[in-house]
Amino acid sequence: MKILKITLDRAVVSSGGIQRMIGINFLKNPKVGDYVIVHAGFAIEKLDTVKAEETLKILEELQ
Amino acid sequence: MKYIDEFRDMAVATKISELIQREARGLKMVSFMEVCGTHTMAVERFGIRKTLPDNVRLISGPGCPVCVTPKSYIDKAIAMSDIKDIIVFSFGDMLKVPGTCSSLLKQRSKGKVRIVYSPLDAALFAEKNQDKKIIFLGIGFETTVPTVASSVKYAKKKKLKNFFIYSGHKIMPPAMELLAKDKEVNIKGFLCPAHVSAIIGMKSYGVICKKYNIPCVISGFEPLDILQSILMLVKQVKSKKAKVENQYSRVVKSSGNIMALRLIREVFSINDSDWRGIGVIKNSGLVLSKGYKDFDAERNMDLPDVKTSVDKGCICGSVLKGIKTPPECGLFYKKCTPENPQGACMVSSEGTCAAYYKYSLGQK
Amino acid sequence: MKTITLSHGSGGKMMHDLIKDLFLKNLGNPFLNKLGDAALLGLRTKKLAYTTDSFVVKPLFFPGGDIGKLSVCGTVNDLAVSGAIPRYLSCGIIVEDGFSYAALEKITISIRDACKSAGVNIVAGDFKVVEKGAIDGIFINTSGIGDVLNNSEISISRVTPGDKIIISGTIGEHAASILLAREDLKFKTRIKSDCSPLNKLVSSIICRDIKFMRDPTRGGLATTLNEISLASGYDIAIEESGIPVKKPVRALCEILGFDPLYMANEGKLIAIVSKDAASGVLAKMRKHALGKSARIIGEVKKEKDKKVYLKTQSGGLRILDMITSEQLPRIC
Repeated sequence: MKILKITLDRAVVSSGGIQRMIGINFLKNPKVGDYVIVHAGFAIEKLDTVKAEETLKILEELQ
Repeated sequence: MKYIDEFRDMAVATKISELIQREARGLKMVSFMEVCGTHTMAVERFGIRKTLPDNVRLISGPGCPVCVTPKSYIDKAIAMSDIKDIIVFSFGDMLKVPGTCSSLLKQRSKGKVRIVYSPLDAALFAEKNQDKKIIFLGIGFETTVPTVASSVKYAKKKKLKNFFIYSGHKIMPPAMELLAKDKEVNIKGFLCPAHVSAIIGMKSYGVICKKYNIPCVISGFEPLDILQSILMLVKQVKSKKAKVENQYSRVVKSSGNIMALRLIREVFSINDSDWRGIGVIKNSGLVLSKGYKDFDAERNMDLPDVKTSVDKGCICGSVLKGIKTPPECGLFYKKCTPENPQGACMVSSEGTCAAYYKYSLGQK
Repeated sequence: MKTITLSHGSGGKMMHDLIKDLFLKNLGNPFLNKLGDAALLGLRTKKLAYTTDSFVVKPLFFPGGDIGKLSVCGTVNDLAVSGAIPRYLSCGIIVEDGFSYAALEKITISIRDACKSAGVNIVAGDFKVVEKGAIDGIFINTSGIGDVLNNSEISISRVTPGDKIIISGTIGEHAASILLAREDLKFKTRIKSDCSPLNKLVSSIICRDIKFMRDPTRGGLATTLNEISLASGYDIAIEESGIPVKKPVRALCEILGFDPLYMANEGKLIAIVSKDAASGVLAKMRKHALGKSARIIGEVKKEKDKKVYLKTQSGGLRILDMITSEQLPRIC
């Protein structure tokens, strides 16, 4: 889910038109626009979009 | 959905499947085990098994936290909810697990059990309703534990006297080690759980990998993740060198989530735990630590004794270890259905038998 | 706060005032206004369709509707999918002592608006109040009469192998909106119940090539297809890639572990249409506001195992059973 707004250790996240307020106390330096993995109302980790693109590229290039 | 749909590209999936077929040629039969309920679901939902060559077997292990919760826990939770002024809060999928005489679902219709998406919502309810005692059913592996820990910490900060956790939390690596040792299961590779790994990192798997020479690949949930991870396992088997690899690098860091791990260590301590269908596994469970004992439901309640019945005819233990498949159980699809589950593997929609029932019965 | 009491249901002055000031004021029409023991109705056609349904939904109010709107649309839709023009409804309301007057008024106004939208009248009504605790809030029963259309030949026995299956639009919205309103899951969405009267959509498409229709309410599309399969005796096969689901519903289902195929709808219909006429019926459906997202999703097969199969996006085959119990949010 994508972070839309941050207030102290809480954030509003969104995905596909669904929004929720979640805890971000497990994240280092979260920013608006970050993609995060949400579980039971908390972000448990950030999604590294650079690594995501790298993985996709590797998969496309597999021979 | 961004970064989900791309990892479900069926054309790329087909390509990776073909690569697996090629790499696995000539290999003796290998069994890889996944130990995550969401992996079990994804494997069934995306029909991954049928794309694998005959000599690569994917077995589902005890990765569903609801399934491995002992029936006695359910019976105690039901007994707790019957006490005046207590409301039990829980994740939804716990409600359908039948206890000996009743279920949390039946208690819900009496208003004594409520569903929440987040344990923090249970703590917030306790804060707003000081006349009620709130017990949250703490079920889940290392992905869920930090969220419960956070909620308890919130309760401590707000000095709540009416919020409690009934912990049934378990941790993965001891169960994986038990299975790694088991010669009957004969695991040749582990597909390590995605989000548990996001919390605990790669270190715990390194121990299993070295001790038993079993390849470990941390895998994402999407079909391309799972297929790439299986390909990586096959390559490791061929190279005869076991190591821990991280296919899910876009989320999992090798050190895990340090802040989450710190909080788990602060709020919980390790104990032995009973896994339904398997038995007691040493050092595989979590209870609230001394500093948080005021929030421990079992320590702070006068609970009645509960008598728990035994699952008859059920071979869940063998299914959970991947030794038997659901159709090999005499109760499967006959006496044991999602509507009327007889054992651990059918009780949650992520259980091996429930996932098979939902997705695989149609395969011809 | 003004509330309904047992006196409002006891047949005395308070009840007569309530009937006049609330029910006749909002639902009045020449039939109902007579306040007779029965409504005397003329028949327009030789064949009538007649149905009844009771509504006990919680919560009473949800995005996209309330129990009042549901009680009209549910019965109107049962008549519509039977190939009839809905005409007259009865409405029986039972409330608990202490029920909010404002809530009852709001519900009555919803009933009024839904009737207007569907072009039907409530011609017979009943109102009772029971002791606190005897029921939960409010229960509504409606029954409905409609004239079967001349060019309608709806019958399960007409369903044959090769017939195409059309869904009139996106699925899962009603169940999603109820779930979010009922459990405190704290998600913000724009998902609204699709609760709507389908009779005008049906009038625009009805023809002999439509062999059977049903609205996929409780238990969702999968359960209704199972009912059709069981009743017709034939297997049904549908394709996952063809099933229309709105993005937020899909996202919610991913987060909570729900399956849209088993989620209730209150403004959709399934039509079983002969193969050659299917694309024509689809085109007509899409011209109507309630059918814009209509799709052909599958067909009736010649096998007689009475099973419903889903061809998944990954090319596998999945059996779709009837819903067994309520879907609940998963942990992971």
